[in-house]
Amino acid sequence: MKQKKLSYAKYGYFFCIPFTVAFLIFQLYPVLYTAVIGFTGLKGVGKTITDPGMGILWGDLFKNFKTVLTNGSFRTAFKNTWLIWGINFVPQVLLALLLAAIFTSTRSKIKGQGFFKVVFYMPNIITAATIAILFASFFGYPMGPMNDIFTTLGLSDGPIYFLQSKTTAKGVVAFIQFWMWYGYSMIVFISGILGISPDIFEAAEVDGATRFQQFIHVTLPNLRTIMLFSLVTSLIGGLQMFDIPQLFIVKSGPDNATLTTSCFIYNQAFSGSYMYNRAAAASMIMFLIICLCSAVLFYLMRDKDEVALHKIVKQQEKEYKKKLKLEKQGGRA
Amino acid sequence: MHTKKRTSAGYLIFVYILCVFLAVLSIFPFWVMLVNATRSTTEIQQHAVSLLPSKFLMNNWKILWGKSFDPIRGFMNSMIISVFATACSVYFSTLTAYGIVVYNWKLRRAFFTFIMAVMMIPGQVVMIGFYQMVYKVGLTNNLLMLILPAIQAPAMVFFMRQYMLPALSLEIVQSARIDGAKEFYIFNRIALPIMKPAIATQAIFSFVTNWNNLFAPLVLLTDQKNYTMPIMVSLLKGDIYKTEFGSIYLGLSLTVLPLFVVYFLLSKYIIAGVALGSVKG
Repeated sequence: MKQKKLSYAKYGYFFCIPFTVAFLIFQLYPVLYTAVIGFTGLKGVGKTITDPGMGILWGDLFKNFKTVLTNGSFRTAFKNTWLIWGINFVPQVLLALLLAAIFTSTRSKIKGQGFFKVVFYMPNIITAATIAILFASFFGYPMGPMNDIFTTLGLSDGPIYFLQSKTTAKGVVAFIQFWMWYGYSMIVFISGILGISPDIFEAAEVDGATRFQQFIHVTLPNLRTIMLFSLVTSLIGGLQMFDIPQLFIVKSGPDNATLTTSCFIYNQAFSGSYMYNRAAAASMIMFLIICLCSAVLFYLMRDKDEVALHKIVKQQEKEYKKKLKLEKQGGRA
Repeated sequence: MHTKKRTSAGYLIFVYILCVFLAVLSIFPFWVMLVNATRSTTEIQQHAVSLLPSKFLMNNWKILWGKSFDPIRGFMNSMIISVFATACSVYFSTLTAYGIVVYNWKLRRAFFTFIMAVMMIPGQVVMIGFYQMVYKVGLTNNLLMLILPAIQAPAMVFFMRQYMLPALSLEIVQSARIDGAKEFYIFNRIALPIMKPAIATQAIFSFVTNWNNLFAPLVLLTDQKNYTMPIMVSLLKGDIYKTEFGSIYLGLSLTVLPLFVVYFLLSKYIIAGVALGSVKG
C-alpha cells in the first residue's frame, strides 16, 4: 500500500513544474534583476548592464538609493501616493459598510438590490485608462461637461480651470479611485456580513437593539478580519496606482499634484534620459514597503485551523513514537 | 408599532435616495460619453452635457479613423493577449492546485506556504527588471511576453485549491486509476470538468484584468502594430485630438463597449465571484 502511494507522489512535483518555472523566470528573476539594476549606472535608451560603463557602482553602491530618497519629485510622489490612497480609502470603506448594512438588513428588504449592486460595481471593471481620460475631458477647460453643469446651474459666472488647482486635481484622482472601488468593497462586506450567524442578529433584535446599535455592536466586530483584509489589499493596490494619475493630467498636474511613485518610476525609466538605475532603486524601495504590508496580510490569512491540525498530528506522532520506544524498552527489560 | 412604521418610512426614503443617487453617479459619466460620441465638436462646445444623442457618429468615426487610432487592431491585440493569458492562468492554476490537493508529496506543505507567501508580490513595481530581461533577449513587442507570465498566478492557485478541496473526491481519482486511466488524463477529463464553476469565475476576472492592463503593455510594446486597447486610449490624450471632442468620446466608447457587453451578460457571476473570492480570510 505504502509503495503505491510513493509512486504517485512524483506527479505532485510534475504538476507543479510549469508554475514553478514560470515563477522563476517571470517573477523572481525580474525582482532580482531590478534589485541589481538599482546598484548600477544603467541609463540611456537601449542599454543593458553588460554595456561599458553601465555596471555596478562599486565606489558608491547606494548612490541611486540616496539620489532617489533625496529627490524632491520622489518625496512628493511618495506623499501623494499615500495621501490619494487615504482620501479614497476612508470614505470608500464607510460608504461600503453603510451600503452593506442596508442591503443585508433583515428588517426591511430593499427593492432592486440586484440592480443597485450591478450598477455600483460597474465602474470597477471598466478600463482605468478610459476612465482617466473620460474624467479629464469632463473637467476640461473652458468647455467640459463640469463647466457646462456649473454654469447652467448658476454655480459659477464663467468657466473654471478646475485642474489648475492642486487640491482639485488630487481630489478628483482620489474621487475616481473611490468611485471605482466602493462597489467592490461593498460586495466583499456583504458576503462578510452574510457569513455572520443570523442568530446573533436575531438575538440583538429581540433585545431591542436599534439598527445603529446592531451595526456598531454586532456587525462591525464580526467584520474585523474582512476589513483588515480589504485594508491591506487596497493598500497594496493603492501604492502601485498608475493608470489614473498618469493619464488624468498632462505631466502630473500643477506642481506634480497627482504624481505617484509608479508614475515616477515610469517617467524615470521610459522617458527623458532613461534613468533605469534610479527607477530600479525607487522600485525596490516601494517593493520592500509593499512586501512588508503583504507580510501582515499573509500573517492574517494563514489557515489557522490547518496550523492547529498540523500541530495535533505532530503531537500524536510524537506520543506514538514515545509509546513505541517505551514498549520496546519494556520488551527488552 | 405606529412609531416604528414611521421611522421605517424615513429610513426607506433615505436609503432609496442614496441608492438612486449612487446609481446615477455610476451611469451618468458613461451615458455622457456614449451620447457625446454621436455629437459634433461644435455641439459639444456649446453644451457639453446632453442626454439625447445627435447624428454625427459617422463623422466622428471618420476623424478618429484618420488619425492613427486603430480600434480594430487594438481590439485584436487586446483580444489575443486576454484570451491566451486567461487560458494559461486558469489551466495551469488548476493543474498546480490539483498537484497540491491530490498527491501527497514531501514538499507539498512547503510549496503551498510558498504560494501563499508570493501571492501578494507586487508585479508592477519590478517592471524595470522585467523590461531589461525581455529587451536583452529581443522579445519586446512580442505578445507572448504578456501571455506567458500568466502561467504563474498564485492567487488563482490559492482560490482553485480552496474550491477543489471539498469539490473533488479522491475516491473518483482512485477509481479512475483502477480503470487504468493515466494521471494526466484523469486531470483533464475528470478534475477539469468538476472545476468548471471555479474556472468560469476566475476566467472572467483574469480576462477583465488583462484587457484593462496598461502598465506592462505600455512598457513592452513600442510598435504601433502591437498596441492594445488601453494604449490606444492613452493616445486619445495627445495633441492630435485636442479639439476633436466628438471623436475622443467615440474612441473611449469603443474601448468600453466590449466590457459593457461582457458585464451585462455575466454580472450575476461576476458579483458572485467577488463575494466568493473575499471569503477566505
